[in-house]
Amino acid sequence: MIARRSFIQSSAALSMLGLAGCATTPSEQAIPAKARVVVIGGGYGGATAAKYVRLLSDYKIDVVLIEPSDMFVSCPISNLVIGGSKQIKDVTSAYGGLSKNHGVTMVKDMATDIDATRRIVTLARGAQIGYDKLIVSPGIDLLLGSIEGLREASDAGQILQAWKAGAETVALRKQLIDMADGGTFAITIPVAPYRCPPGPYERACQVAWYFKQAKPKSKVLILDGNPDVTSKAALFKKVWAEQYKGIIEYRNSHNVTAVDAKTGTIKFDVQEDVKAQVLNVLPAMRAGRIAVQTGLNNQANGRWCGVNYQNFESTAAKNIHVLGDSIQIAPAMPKSGHMANSHAKVAAAAIVAELSGWEINANPMLTNTCYSFVNDKDVVHVASVHEYVAAEKTFKTVAGSGGVSAIDLKPDVTQLEGVYAMNWAQNIWADTLT
Amino acid sequence: MKSIVLILTAALATVLHISAQAQTVQDLNIRSLAATCANCHGTNGKAQDGSAVVSLAGLPRDYIVAQMAAFKSGARSATVMHQLAKGYSDAQIEQIAGYFAAQKK
Repeated sequence: MIARRSFIQSSAALSMLGLAGCATTPSEQAIPAKARVVVIGGGYGGATAAKYVRLLSDYKIDVVLIEPSDMFVSCPISNLVIGGSKQIKDVTSAYGGLSKNHGVTMVKDMATDIDATRRIVTLARGAQIGYDKLIVSPGIDLLLGSIEGLREASDAGQILQAWKAGAETVALRKQLIDMADGGTFAITIPVAPYRCPPGPYERACQVAWYFKQAKPKSKVLILDGNPDVTSKAALFKKVWAEQYKGIIEYRNSHNVTAVDAKTGTIKFDVQEDVKAQVLNVLPAMRAGRIAVQTGLNNQANGRWCGVNYQNFESTAAKNIHVLGDSIQIAPAMPKSGHMANSHAKVAAAAIVAELSGWEINANPMLTNTCYSFVNDKDVVHVASVHEYVAAEKTFKTVAGSGGVSAIDLKPDVTQLEGVYAMNWAQNIWADTLT
Repeated sequence: MKSIVLILTAALATVLHISAQAQTVQDLNIRSLAATCANCHGTNGKAQDGSAVVSLAGLPRDYIVAQMAAFKSGARSATVMHQLAKGYSDAQIEQIAGYFAAQKK
């Protein structure tokens, strides 16, 4: 039977190429008809999708996860590495659980081409993998070219972004350690939407917390492209006034046009130049490269990927589902790791339903919980619940649900939230990876 | 060097063979609804060891329903759950509670 021969060929081919071994058990191989889901990208969206397609299909669907990195490095919690209360190893996890516990076939490689008509993914090393359904979860690309001088400064390691956790996170920490007391750390924020709305404000708190202890004459300057703080505004402003008075300064509506790494200068479209000793310039972002290359970026002038929110299938290509930060968001939907994990479960259930010949869920739900550390132990959050509204073909927050931390910021509450925040991290890392 | 390029053909348009004891579409929808709790409470409601965020797996159905009602009404105070509980209908909470009650601790 064709399906059986195809499956055996796929296992054999992967091992011939020296790729990760197929972890399916003999009993699964006895299933005659095998559908295959290929996932590009092992972040919060892709890794969760790989696991949940296996789980929700009762291990009847083959899943191949293509990810070039050896380890999963979490963006959530990584600002604490910049502040110094956590190490990079604390936000780094192995991928092994997906193959060991769930039989996901891990392929350590980069997807370089998608043939949406023939349903084939090509990898950097030349191998090709066919799919019934493809999940694309490539995260974001930073548009370094949108700010004059930024690409060169970034390539030279002079002006960092650290908006993908890993080596740059550690390098930015080192720049802060190396900075003389009395210096300024400047972070610039692009116009929304961008990955992790509260992330830049949390990072400002983390750097200020470090300065307060180690470099008390130093300053943190937030240069926001937006008219106001984009997330947890009242909470952050209260923290800045109470904990970081004289350290953090916030300036709104500052659109960066150019940087000069040699002189530490940031230029804006309207305001006067700013000089700082450590520059953290975050440019505009768009969907990850493979999504753009495949033409999935059909929204917002080619920046984001349109999806049918009921199953996260691309509106540009059949049988390709797009997850996480690279999609065109629904109203009040943040680009966050938690949200990508939520997208993944809706897409996984829809794919299992479609491959089983069932109607897909008419009422999928999403949650988001985002914790921000304002120092090493106090945390504020924003939470929301989103329901698919069929009449409007989009997700909307459920009326009356969601909210932020209480504005009184009582230490016993913010420290309890700190405990929950770390537990959230440990549980979502396990939910995504093991 | 000539590289080995193999096309791994997928079993296109395959419909899974569902055995008699396998899940129904209703089971799948309830599992995916319950999975919206897993981000914080762990896959299938099993939180990591030592987690202050409770494991839901194996908790009595009526207990989960009562706690969610208490979060919704404000009778039980919380940092986050009072905000999340209000996002679920009573019917959804019944389904979620039934699912987690049936999971092994």
